[in-house]
Amino acid sequence: MTAIGLSPVDWLIIAIYFGFVIGIGFYLKKFTKSEEDFFLAGRKNSSWVAGLAFLSANLGALEILGMTGNTFKYGMFVAHFYWIGAIPAMLFLGVYMMPFYYSSKIKSVPGYLKLRFDEKTRVLNGIAFAIMTLLVSGINLYAMALVLHTFFGWPWHVSMWISALTVAVYVTLSGLMSAIFTEIIQFFLIWFGLFLVSVLGLIELGGVHQVLSRIPQSFNTLWSTSGSPADNGMMVTWGGIVLGLGFVLSFGYWTTDFLVVQRAFSAKDLRSARMTPILASFFKMAIPFIVILAGLIALVLANDPKSGFHLLTDNGHINYDSALPLLIARYYPEGLVGLGVTALLAGFMAGQAGNISAFNTVWTYDIYKSIINKKASDTHLLWMGRAATIVGIIISLGTAYWAMSFPSIMDYMQAIFSWVNAPLFATMLLGMFVVWITPNGAFWGLVSGMGSSFILYLAVKFEWISRTAVTLSSPASDMAANFWRAWWAWLICFVVTIVISLFTKKKPKEELVGLVKGLTKDNLNVNVPFIKRPEFYAIISLIVLILLNVYFW
Amino acid sequence: MKPIWYFVGLILFIMGLVIEVNGIYFLINPSADKQVLASIHPDVWWGGIMIIVGVIFILKNRKVKVM
Repeated sequence: MTAIGLSPVDWLIIAIYFGFVIGIGFYLKKFTKSEEDFFLAGRKNSSWVAGLAFLSANLGALEILGMTGNTFKYGMFVAHFYWIGAIPAMLFLGVYMMPFYYSSKIKSVPGYLKLRFDEKTRVLNGIAFAIMTLLVSGINLYAMALVLHTFFGWPWHVSMWISALTVAVYVTLSGLMSAIFTEIIQFFLIWFGLFLVSVLGLIELGGVHQVLSRIPQSFNTLWSTSGSPADNGMMVTWGGIVLGLGFVLSFGYWTTDFLVVQRAFSAKDLRSARMTPILASFFKMAIPFIVILAGLIALVLANDPKSGFHLLTDNGHINYDSALPLLIARYYPEGLVGLGVTALLAGFMAGQAGNISAFNTVWTYDIYKSIINKKASDTHLLWMGRAATIVGIIISLGTAYWAMSFPSIMDYMQAIFSWVNAPLFATMLLGMFVVWITPNGAFWGLVSGMGSSFILYLAVKFEWISRTAVTLSSPASDMAANFWRAWWAWLICFVVTIVISLFTKKKPKEELVGLVKGLTKDNLNVNVPFIKRPEFYAIISLIVLILLNVYFW
Repeated sequence: MKPIWYFVGLILFIMGLVIEVNGIYFLINPSADKQVLASIHPDVWWGGIMIIVGVIFILKNRKVKVM
């Protein structure tokens, strides 16, 4: 394709963004004095700051491009990722799990595993998380260069190195604090830079009802076509959506992935930490008004020969990720194109900064201090966090170049969350709510859950077994296989953890106070009026979720 | 330390101003390149919205210090 050209004004907007985030890194450095400032932003953030950062850490540009493209491919079912596939888990984290996380004053999710179980479970999860984070960071970097090269004609090496160096500068200077600042700026840039696409699309097509009436029923409903996989664009049943996406994948990601949970740890007190995911849930529910709407608008335009709109093709395959950039090119005049590109860049860079800031914390506390240097001082840990940031960026760049020469590893990345997070959720759930779960039960449950998920992925990928053997229904899409594989990994981890716990040594109850429900005094809401409790806002969020699902049923 | 909301206001204001000025220029001197819906000049009103939101954030937080 001919690259979307950028005018000097567009370049000016992009330059303002780069100057701004580097300036913020230098500004915040003078407030980053201790290791707690660097790794947990001083634990001083309000629930609004932590909540928007919590959401934005997940709102990368890859997700925005990918989900807009997926909507073109699968229809409105993609909204399940934002609603049932996120909100119940976020509310569960805020209402039930955060008190155990926050009150134990841990610095990372693997840190909780150490307190609740033992060192080996912590190290296993710490290493798996660190590898996953660096792989994702590197692949993101490659994907960013791919998008910028394909649509805007930017040279590969220039876009990778400039964005990696920018992230390295501001995260090394002030750690999580600057990562959170840039994530919140990214949140606003994404809304101002990309929501206009949906607004202009609706103006051109005549409103939401016009858009929905011009696409097939299998693409414009949420649940009414989920009875049979043949009836909907995603080729999945409601069972796969509820168990795989709504339960395991969603809870596995939102309640245990340190990348997002770290933002809640930065809150100033327990109430703010509990409100973090609950506030974020309201904004999460609004994201489909950018991505899903844009995907549906692209679908309507592509189905109308008079519109002159069609997605790009690579060797005969439709490039679904081209939907959003092509809508930007269709509607945005110069200046706004720069804003749209900046929104995507901000999404890529904030996503990378999020991964790197989570990596430097897990490396420093759960691997370096846990195995290599147990007596490290706070000053030394602060130095190690900065060094880990630079090393993490270098490894990410290496991964990005690896992906460049071996692009099919992108396929493997789609599944990596179900290898690490889905079984971890079973471990966390049992650990927080069942007193008699033992350290050996947790460790071997986690090993078997991660191993089985990985083996199932390979078995389907290389056709050792049929995909329908995993999904229990036919036909089945890749997405359906992802949902069901996560469910099986969770179930295997859950069962193995329980069985081994029945036969192995338990931890003394006095060591579990504050870490497990039933051994922890519930004094969260003493003398707090109901309308000020996190539970109240969680109920409102749940009601909004139900209304949205009923409206788009 | 200035709160994050101050910086959000600042970047929205600066970017909005650039888009607004550029939009007004092309309103007066129409460009040969025509995007779909160019007639409603989205850069002019969207730039204006960004400026207004940016100014609100700046004014509400200009004297606020956190930490």
